[in-house]
Amino acid sequence: MKKIVKKHPLAIRWFHWINFPVLAIMIWSGLLIYWANDVYKIGFGDKTLLKFFPDSFYKALHIPFRLAEGMAYHFFFMWFFFLNGIAYVLYTIFSGEWRYLLPQRRSWKDAWLVLLHDLHIRKTVPPVEGKYNAAQRIAYSAIIVMGIGSILTGLAIYKPIQLGWLCTIFGGYKSARVIHFILTIGYVLFFLIHVIQVILAGWNNFRGMIAGFEVVKVKDESVAADVNTETISKDESLKSGNG
Amino acid sequence: MANFFSNLFRKNSKLETNQLIVKKTIISFTFFFLFAGAALWGWYWLRHQPLDGGIRGGIPQPLRAGLDKNEKIFSGLLSDKHLAREYPRSSAVKKARVNGNVGMGNDFDAATWQMYVIRSNGDSLKLKLDDLKKLPKTEVVFNFKCIEGWSQITWWGGVKFSDFMKAYGLTAEAGKNYLGLSTPDEEYYVGIDMASAMHPQTILCYELNGAPLPMNQGYPLRLIIPTKYGVKHLKRIGTMYFDDARPPDYWAERGYDYFTGL
Repeated sequence: MKKIVKKHPLAIRWFHWINFPVLAIMIWSGLLIYWANDVYKIGFGDKTLLKFFPDSFYKALHIPFRLAEGMAYHFFFMWFFFLNGIAYVLYTIFSGEWRYLLPQRRSWKDAWLVLLHDLHIRKTVPPVEGKYNAAQRIAYSAIIVMGIGSILTGLAIYKPIQLGWLCTIFGGYKSARVIHFILTIGYVLFFLIHVIQVILAGWNNFRGMIAGFEVVKVKDESVAADVNTETISKDESLKSGNG
Repeated sequence: MANFFSNLFRKNSKLETNQLIVKKTIISFTFFFLFAGAALWGWYWLRHQPLDGGIRGGIPQPLRAGLDKNEKIFSGLLSDKHLAREYPRSSAVKKARVNGNVGMGNDFDAATWQMYVIRSNGDSLKLKLDDLKKLPKTEVVFNFKCIEGWSQITWWGGVKFSDFMKAYGLTAEAGKNYLGLSTPDEEYYVGIDMASAMHPQTILCYELNGAPLPMNQGYPLRLIIPTKYGVKHLKRIGTMYFDDARPPDYWAERGYDYFTGL
């Protein structure tokens, strides 16, 4: 028998889907800005392994000579990123959703098991407590910290004199810009893994972020008699995918 | 099929689990795509708004309104007590980067140069470099920040703008909202809010690294205003004036923020 189990509250779905295009615009406009002084690279000595970014990359995305446009978009959509982020954090705190989100003591150890399982090195499915497995708890909590980091480093670069103390916290103007950039690279990597995991986790999990529920197979006939009533599963373990 | 659609409007309690799943899924995805469509439409709308009157590709008007709103919010932070961090002279680079040469044409005679200061009553002062050098000298060694994203610790010397205003009795002028500057050929021009101009680190600058300004750094006189990006640090000041309305600004006309306060 199947059972409909509520997963993501409507508010969280809104925050998630607002954040997606807004963050995309922030990253894109950030690129337009970064291009004007694209000095970062990975390498050692005189050897450059990876330049941020190759000219072909800029050309493909029509990045060059759009600094003014980039700044205008960045300083417009920063408000949506900020307000949506604040709303998400406040909602998560006051609704109690933080219980499903924050890493638990065992999460740090279990996250390795999730990783080994996802890489097909280990067969046993790691335990899922609530909505997210250990790796998800760590990843989704980290992304909040990163978001706060982006806002603070962003403010430090934006007003390095009026908010000089903030600039100092991040090691100065140049350092704040580097951190702001690295965090952005972090989002892109997160996004790639996130999308792969969502695809692997499948339809049921994906639908959860749009419709809010998951369909759970129930063995017990006594529960099956109750199928038409929606149950809010607070403590029950959901068979949840990644993503 | 008819049954399928009628299920969409039937009460949840009358549906089997499978029918309920389909119903809830369809309703949710319908709303999802409606909102996604609305968001795309909003993006299309924004991208096709009239530009803000920029000369060389301005920005959509709502974004200009956004920049001006940001100014209202963040200019409140501006304070004479918030100073750009100062460094020892030894931290300053020996060769300050030269960026931009608009208004710095070759047909310029430094020997006959004078700065025109247009007073509110229409009179104008004509000042030579020596007139300014008579005033107390102020030095500032700070991290010069370009709007492009680079920064450099540089050492400048000159007369504090607020000292200059006081020395020449420009009190009515200091009461205006904006300071306007332009190069002698009027090719480059900036507008600066008076609070930023009167900030204690803003100087009418005639020295770099303890020596007279090089020609390409704006000899004989330029503006150094640490609370703004480099675009506002106009080189080779020709005319200075004061206004309650925003003076024209070269880069603002090209889509950049007018305030650009740091």
